[in-house]
Amino acid sequence: MQALTKRVKAVHRKPMSFAEKLYLPAIFKGMMITLGHAFKKRPTVNYPEVKRPFSPVFRGMQILNRDAEGRENCTACGLCAVACPAEAITMEAAERQPGEEHLYREEKYAAKYEINMLRCIFCGLCEEACPKDAIYLSETFAPADYKRKQFVYNKSELLIPNPKEDPEAYKKALGNRAIPTTNSLDQQ
Amino acid sequence: MADEIKKEPPANFKVTIDNITIEVPPGTSILNAARQIGGDVTPPAMCYYSKLAGSGGKCRTCLVEVAAGSTADPRPMPKLVASCRTNVMDGMIVKNITSEKVPDARAGVVEFLLLNHPLDCPICDQAGECHLQDLGYDHGKAGTRYQFSRRTFVREDIGPYIQLHMTRCILCYRCTYVADQITDKRVHGIVDRGDHAAISTYISKAIDNDFSGNMIDVCPVGALTDKTFRFKNRVWFTKPVDAHRNCENPKCCGKATLWLRGEEVFRVTARKDEWGEVQSYDGKTGWICNTCRFDKKETKDWTIEGLTAISRHSVIGANKYKVLEVPDETIAKVMGGRAPQLTMDIHEVSGVNNPKVDLSELQRASKSSDFVQDPEKNWE
Repeated sequence: MQALTKRVKAVHRKPMSFAEKLYLPAIFKGMMITLGHAFKKRPTVNYPEVKRPFSPVFRGMQILNRDAEGRENCTACGLCAVACPAEAITMEAAERQPGEEHLYREEKYAAKYEINMLRCIFCGLCEEACPKDAIYLSETFAPADYKRKQFVYNKSELLIPNPKEDPEAYKKALGNRAIPTTNSLDQQ
Repeated sequence: MADEIKKEPPANFKVTIDNITIEVPPGTSILNAARQIGGDVTPPAMCYYSKLAGSGGKCRTCLVEVAAGSTADPRPMPKLVASCRTNVMDGMIVKNITSEKVPDARAGVVEFLLLNHPLDCPICDQAGECHLQDLGYDHGKAGTRYQFSRRTFVREDIGPYIQLHMTRCILCYRCTYVADQITDKRVHGIVDRGDHAAISTYISKAIDNDFSGNMIDVCPVGALTDKTFRFKNRVWFTKPVDAHRNCENPKCCGKATLWLRGEEVFRVTARKDEWGEVQSYDGKTGWICNTCRFDKKETKDWTIEGLTAISRHSVIGANKYKVLEVPDETIAKVMGGRAPQLTMDIHEVSGVNNPKVDLSELQRASKSSDFVQDPEKNWE
């Protein structure tokens, strides 16, 4: 029969030699490899106590950004949702009423904003699509949970702490790689 | 046989646009001749609207180069001409995409149109079907050189249904032509001149004409938008379907596009043709009345014909899948009529698309208090 590829190898069916029949050299060879690993550096990281450094391009859980005055950046433009290949993001917009100017930066805002973390694949396209600096993938893992329904994250779980009310938590949430924002949009 | 004298048909003019020759009757504009060829050859038009008499000549986006005026006078025209206002001549040679001058001139025109434009596409309801967006992407340059503060206006309610954002207006005059030609009594127009020119009503007089809603459809930008759809949804998350109803108004054609989300009708517009203009049926333009547009927001009011054809490259078709054949539900059959046990009902977990809140039935933009329906479940 003609071989389908050129990489076919014929199986050797020669009887074993005396040294091979002893098995002991092969066993010792294997044991040496096992023993050698005992002196190697341990690759295991005891996760919650010890944390590995993240790569600078690590994409973790989403965070909804606020500006320096604590107003939400998101205007519910829907570009993240239309860019999302897993269709994890849903939102409903509302109009900012007089008196809500300190809460939302623009005339329109996301009254509801949800990310279904069961669907999210952490591709980061929402971050790339966002024209308002509003969504970022942070350096945090999405926490594990026992129930599926805990994985639909709404605004209370996604929003970054308010820099006016809780500056320390805000600074912590910004992480190491955040660039201080100048709010160029406000200056226009 | 012998007495049958054939009358000489009116001689057609031969015009060559981007090396494509076409014969058109005299009196046709270059733009309309190019539209008969179709495709990339057609210049973009922001102010010209073939269904509105007298429109065109304002925005200059349809500039083309005329390389030869006619067979009789083959000299080129010294400047680029507005193709919507220039009629063809026999033997005329027009360059649009093959011209070197036109892309540059058009980029300049786009820059001028965007001078005072707020570029608030993320909050604008027109985004996704905006002609200025398309024009900017196709012909504009990235970035702006404008250093001064932009012209600003306070947004205005003109009538109960229409929201006017004068900041976004490019002064194409299409809406005033609609008011002149379709509605009975015109109560709005352009006031002031030059940089101060603004569309407004006569001393904030409400527009309550039966056909005033059509100015939303003709507006190429988001200056005139539907207040009943304001901020409800993005255009590309709603599904357009063709539908019709027997409208009592004799002037209304009753044929419309419904923009659905599930069974909810979020918005009703007239059907658009390939140039983004309202479609014509048997030579009559299919304007729709305000009752059809603003009051019939339920699927049972309409006879749905099927999905609206959307260009493959349009964002409106994004994330929508055309199911050719819906497979039968087999679970009930297999389980002896029992419904499958759901492990998670999305409405218990998610606050979006709450069945208790019908955003499409609101006649205004939704606000924060509309979303607080379940006090025990605080989704915020």
